[in-house]
Amino acid sequence: MKIKGIAQAIANAIAQEMERNDRIVVLGEDVTYWGAVFGFTQGLFEKFGRRRVIDTPITEQTFMGISVGAAAVGLHPVVSLMFVDFLGAGFDQMFNHMAKNYYMSGGQFPMPVTVITAIGGGYGDSAQHSQVLYSLFAHLPGFKVVIPSTPYDAKGLTVKALRDPNPVVIFGHKLLTGLPFLPFEGTEEEIPDEPYEVEFGKAAIRREGSDITIIGVGLMVHRSLKAAEMLQKDGISAEVIDLRTLVPLDEDTIIKSAKKTGRVLIVDEDYMSYGMTGEITFRIQSKALKDLKVPIERLAVPDVPIPFSKPLEEAVIPSVNAIYEKAKKLV
Amino acid sequence: MIIKPEPTLKDLQFILEENRIKASDLLEMYRRMVLSRYFEEEIKRIYNQDKNPFNMAVGLIRGEMHLSIGQEAIAVGTLYNARDEDVVISTHRPHHHAIAKGVDLKKLAAEIFGKVTGLCRGKGGHMHLFDKTKNFACSGIVGASFPQAAGAAFAFKYLGKDNVAFAFAGEGASNHGTFFETLNLASSWELPLVIVIEDNKYADSTPKSLTMATTFHYQQGLANNVLSYLVDGMDVVDVYITAKKAVEKARRGFGPTLIEALTYRYVGHFEGDTEEYRSKEEVEFWYTVDPIRRHENRLLKLGYADEDKLNKIKEEAKKEVSEAIKFAIESPLPDPNEAFVGVFA
Ligand SMILES: Cc1ncc(C[n+]2csc(CCOP(=O)(O)OP(=O)(O)O)c2C)c(N)n1
Repeated sequence: MKIKGIAQAIANAIAQEMERNDRIVVLGEDVTYWGAVFGFTQGLFEKFGRRRVIDTPITEQTFMGISVGAAAVGLHPVVSLMFVDFLGAGFDQMFNHMAKNYYMSGGQFPMPVTVITAIGGGYGDSAQHSQVLYSLFAHLPGFKVVIPSTPYDAKGLTVKALRDPNPVVIFGHKLLTGLPFLPFEGTEEEIPDEPYEVEFGKAAIRREGSDITIIGVGLMVHRSLKAAEMLQKDGISAEVIDLRTLVPLDEDTIIKSAKKTGRVLIVDEDYMSYGMTGEITFRIQSKALKDLKVPIERLAVPDVPIPFSKPLEEAVIPSVNAIYEKAKKLV
Repeated sequence: MIIKPEPTLKDLQFILEENRIKASDLLEMYRRMVLSRYFEEEIKRIYNQDKNPFNMAVGLIRGEMHLSIGQEAIAVGTLYNARDEDVVISTHRPHHHAIAKGVDLKKLAAEIFGKVTGLCRGKGGHMHLFDKTKNFACSGIVGASFPQAAGAAFAFKYLGKDNVAFAFAGEGASNHGTFFETLNLASSWELPLVIVIEDNKYADSTPKSLTMATTFHYQQGLANNVLSYLVDGMDVVDVYITAKKAVEKARRGFGPTLIEALTYRYVGHFEGDTEEYRSKEEVEFWYTVDPIRRHENRLLKLGYADEDKLNKIKEEAKKEVSEAIKFAIESPLPDPNEAFVGVFA
């Protein structure tokens, strides 16, 4: 089937897995009428009814805890954290329990929970509704961190998450959802009707190149690809890597590419410090330092909250042009 | 749906006299409600005019937009009791509270347009309005207003001031742990806090009946020994009188009050909402108790104003709104470099 954007692909994956596995229930704020606002649960209520698709009150802490409790006795909750920015309101149940109970219990309580949340700015929603924050989750042992950038991946990774006995957080970028009320920077593509899995921990090389490696996830993959086209016109061949999952992380693909090109730019829509860019830089330098021709560079939100006004927002979120300029300086 | 029956003229006169409410007070409340209504209608128009097809990212006003059209009486009735030094913590639906608190309309508009002349130099936007001169703040995070207002109330008590803090929130927000935790704490510490729950029946698309075991929030207040009232949120006088009691009690050191105000938002949860989760009949019913028209009728009935006078107030409000919008549109956007500064004081 032809699918535009990741939202419908994720909803399709959940629907098919719900048919296969009646232990899957969907909960969160406005998951019925609005499909969790960004469409990740669209159509599920109509198919499965209120017994399995449930609007919760605005109680993040409690419905995350409900998911922990329900998973412990055999359900697989799919829980919507509408915007990742609201995670603060439910984080304790997530990071102290959802992420740790399997380990702390010596393996007695697997925690099959799939959290789906919306990330990203670029449309003027300001500091409390535009963050990305996946590095916070990746920092905490116990969460798998999934960031799809294409419809094919969105479906396959979601199916994989719904078959995983661990807490998996899926981060869907708003500008990749394909919903009409938001700008769209993603892709429309043909994907299989049947359920299929996309492995965790396997990066995708979205474009092969030999002069520089650009690494990103989510929206930044698409912006990097556009920048790579511009670089091509300057005679620079850029390889673009889509990590797809931060936990587990496909170190091999990154290292191999870094060794091949000798130049690396990491692009991130999360805050710069203590995040994904630092982590990947460390891993590359530890295994490919002598192959690097220039120091690794990064482009990320410069440690400021996402501002509201358009020129300010554009100044902090990496743009195609910013990626292009930065990459060009490296070569 | 509970709306108090309209009092007879005699009863109304008695209520006003008993509460020492003057004609000038009623007219000023009217003016503020009208100002809020016109302001938001204008924001609505401009927000939508350049979004066809609907796209949140484009136009003079970007991002989400939550309007409070229909809920003006609650903001105005409550905050007519507030002083500048009193603190108001509002929500993602903050314009009526800001206007009722006396926040500068030009700067408010400019902030919504993302201009450097705005309240927050364009950094906050419609859901994040801050005005130090009026002690006004808000948050896009549901449930955030309760503890912050309690914190301000704690500081007032600590500093020996007779100021009051107001927390506004929707009925959806009252599901949040912060609500119960704040009720308990404010009650235990006898804080000068007034919590106002604006029950407009829906949290986003979710009707209250689907997610709440309680029908009345005042019962939740009572469970924490907080004096609690249920008021007609479409009646500015009812709100004002109740809030007055709450505020006087708080100023005298007798602790917090919860006010539950029944109301309705005439518009969608946000602009762009197709609102299929509620019926046309329901919306129409609530228009029959429009707080502004209701107040207008009373002013006429009481002889406090004639049509001319009301029209004059409306014209002036319209003028003030268009001046504010003009100011916002003509103001410059911030310099991009401004994005990199101001994280730390
Ligand atoms: C912690 C948190 N969870 C969820 C949201 C998303 N959200 C924004 S407004 C809203 C509904 C609020 O309903 P209510 O409190 O009744 O206020 P109303 O919109 O009706 O004025 C929700 C769920 C949020 N902003 N913050």
